[in-house]
Amino acid sequence: MRGIVAGLMCLLALGGRGAPVEGFVDARWGERVSSDTGRESATLREVRVQAGQTRYLGPVDVRVKADFVYDDLDGDREEVDLDTGEGWVDLRTAWAAFRPAPWMDVKVGRQVLTWGTGDLLFLNDLFPKDWRSFFVGRDVEYLKAPSDAVWAAVYPGDWTLDLVWTPEFDPDRYLTGERISFYPDRFTPESPLPAEVPDGSEWAARLSRVFGSVEMALYGYQGYWKSPAGFNARGRAVFPELRVWGASVLFPAAGGLMNLEGAYYDSLEDRSGTDPNIDNSEARLLAGYSREVRTDLTLGVQAYVEWLQDAAAYERNLPAGHPARDELRQVYTVRMTQFLMKQKLTLSAFLFASPTDEDAYLRGSAEYKWTDRLATTVGANLFAGREDSTFFGQFDDNSNVYVAVRHWF
Amino acid sequence: MKPTLILILSLLTGFVAAEPPDVTEIVLKAEQAAYYAGEDGVADVSMVIHDADGGTRERDFRILRWNGGEGEQKFYVYFRGPADVRRMAYLVWKHPGEREDDRWLWLPAIGKVNRIAPGDKRTSFVGSDFVYEDVSGRSPEADTHELLGVEDGRYHIRSTPKRPGDVEFAHYDVWIDTETFLPLKAEYTNARGEVVRRVTADRVDTIDGHPTVTVSTVEDVSRDSKTVNTFSNIQYDVGLNERLFSERFLRRPPREAVR
Repeated sequence: MRGIVAGLMCLLALGGRGAPVEGFVDARWGERVSSDTGRESATLREVRVQAGQTRYLGPVDVRVKADFVYDDLDGDREEVDLDTGEGWVDLRTAWAAFRPAPWMDVKVGRQVLTWGTGDLLFLNDLFPKDWRSFFVGRDVEYLKAPSDAVWAAVYPGDWTLDLVWTPEFDPDRYLTGERISFYPDRFTPESPLPAEVPDGSEWAARLSRVFGSVEMALYGYQGYWKSPAGFNARGRAVFPELRVWGASVLFPAAGGLMNLEGAYYDSLEDRSGTDPNIDNSEARLLAGYSREVRTDLTLGVQAYVEWLQDAAAYERNLPAGHPARDELRQVYTVRMTQFLMKQKLTLSAFLFASPTDEDAYLRGSAEYKWTDRLATTVGANLFAGREDSTFFGQFDDNSNVYVAVRHWF
Repeated sequence: MKPTLILILSLLTGFVAAEPPDVTEIVLKAEQAAYYAGEDGVADVSMVIHDADGGTRERDFRILRWNGGEGEQKFYVYFRGPADVRRMAYLVWKHPGEREDDRWLWLPAIGKVNRIAPGDKRTSFVGSDFVYEDVSGRSPEADTHELLGVEDGRYHIRSTPKRPGDVEFAHYDVWIDTETFLPLKAEYTNARGEVVRRVTADRVDTIDGHPTVTVSTVEDVSRDSKTVNTFSNIQYDVGLNERLFSERFLRRPPREAVR
C-alpha cells in the first residue's frame, strides 16, 4: 500500500491540470471536566494544517490530502505512523480515480469510505473509525479514518454494486488508554493496550438501488472485528475474524425520512459463543427517523439494539468476577440541529442513552462562522454511567469541553 | 397542462385574443419560462450574501438541470466555494404536486452521500436569503391566483397560499412580463400587510433563444439583508444524460459539473 501512496505522490508531482491547493488551519484545545488520575488534564492541545489538491491527468483524477499536526500531547511527534495517524503528518487521502469502462468506476489508494443508514451508529459500515478523535472533540469528519483500498463500482441496470478490497486489514484507530481511559483502567500513557493486528485482507460489498423514493441495500463483509474484540493467551488485544451480512431500507414517511437497518455479525473464531476471550456473534438492528420539524430545526431519533448470540454459553463461560454484558443492549439517540442567524450559527446536540447499560453520552457543539473562512466552535463530550464497565459509562472520567478555531484557505 | 386542455379551458372561460389570458395559464407559462426552459440547462452561479451587519459571504456553484416528463426535474449543484462547502454536491429529484422532492448531499470529507430529510421548503438555501423554493420553483398548485391587472407590459398577479400555516407570508404579488412570461418581481406580504421579502430580476438576456434572468436579487426586508445571484456560462440543450443525476455521480462529480 505504501507503494501505491508513493506512486500517487509521483503522479501528482508530474503535473496535469490541477485545482488550487486548498485546506485549513485548525487550532483546538480541550480539557477534562473530571480529574482522571495518571493522565493530562488536557484532552486536546493541537494545531493542524490540512492541505489538499486534486489533479486531472487525462482520464485519471488524482487527489492527495494531508494533515500536518503539532500535537502537544503526543510525546512522540517525530514517529510518524501513517496507519494510526500518529506523528506530525497524517495522510488523509491519496487516491487515483478512473473509469475503465463506461459502466465501471475505480478508485485506488488511501480513501475514506462510508455506507449504511445510521447516524453515528454503524452496522454495515465496517470501514475504519477513529475513536481517539471522536471522543476528544476533533471535527466529526475525523471519526472516519481512511482505508488503503481498491474500490470498484459497477452499475447493472438500475443497480449499483460496490466492491471494496483492502489488501491489508485497516483496524479502527481504537482506544489504547493513552488519552482516553476505559474499563478496566489498566492501560495508561506509559503502558498502552498491547495488540496484535492481523495483516490479512478485507472484503466489503454493497448492492443497492433506488426504487422511486425508496433506497434499498444489501451488504456483506469478510474480515476482522475492527476494534479489539478479545484477548489472546499473552494478554494482547486481538481482532478475531468476522463476517457480516446485512440490509437496509430508507424511505420518506410522515413528512420525514425513515431508515431500517440490520446486520448479523458472525464471529468466526467463536461461533459457539463458548470462548470467553473472543466476542460472540451479534445481531444488530436499527430504526431511525428524522425530519425538519420547523424552519432550520432538524430532529433525528434512532433506536438501536445489539443482540448477543449464544448468551447462555457466554454467561456459562464468563470468568468469575467479570461484569456480564446484557443479552440485549439497547441504545436510543436523539439529534437536534438548529441553524440560527442565517446558518452562521449552528447549534447541535447528539445524545446516546442506553436504558440497559444505564449510561449516556452527550455531544454538544455551537459553531459560529465569522466569515466564509473563519469559524469558532465550542463543544463538549459528556459521559455518564452507573457502572464503570458499560460502553459509555467506562469513559466517565474523560468528559471534556473544547474550543476550536478554524481558518480555511 | 396539455394544449388541448388549455384550449378547452379558454373556450369555457370565453377569453378572446385581445384580452389577457386566463390567470392559470399565465402562472403556468411563467413557471415554464422561469424553471423549465429548454430540455436541460447548465449555469455557473455566483451568490453574494449581504448581511445586515455589512459583512458579505459568497457561494459559487454550478447547476445542472434536466427536464423529465410531466413536470419532473432533476438538479445537480456542485459547490466550488467557499472553502467549507467546496466539492460538496447536492442532488434534487423534483416531483410536481404533493409528493416530496428527493434530496441528497455528498459530503466529500467523510465520503458519504446523505439523504436530506424532507422538510420546510422555506428554509434558507445555503445560508442565503434565497429559500429552497426559489431555486427549484414553488408549485403553482400551492396557491390560488388572481390577476389584478396589466401594468407597463406586466401581468400583476396575487397568489394566496392554500395552506397559510406552511409559509411565512400571507400572500405574494408577482409581476410577469407579458411578452416573455418571465416573473420580473415578486413581493411577499405578511399578515400585517407589510412587505417582508422581495425578489427581483435585475437583468434579462436572451440565451439560445430563451429569455433568461442573469442577475437576480432577493431582499429580506425584515432582516435588512439581501442576496444577489449572478448567472454566467449559461447553456441550454447541451444534451445532459439523466444518469448524471444519480448517487454514482454524486460520489464522483461529472466533468460537466467540475470543469
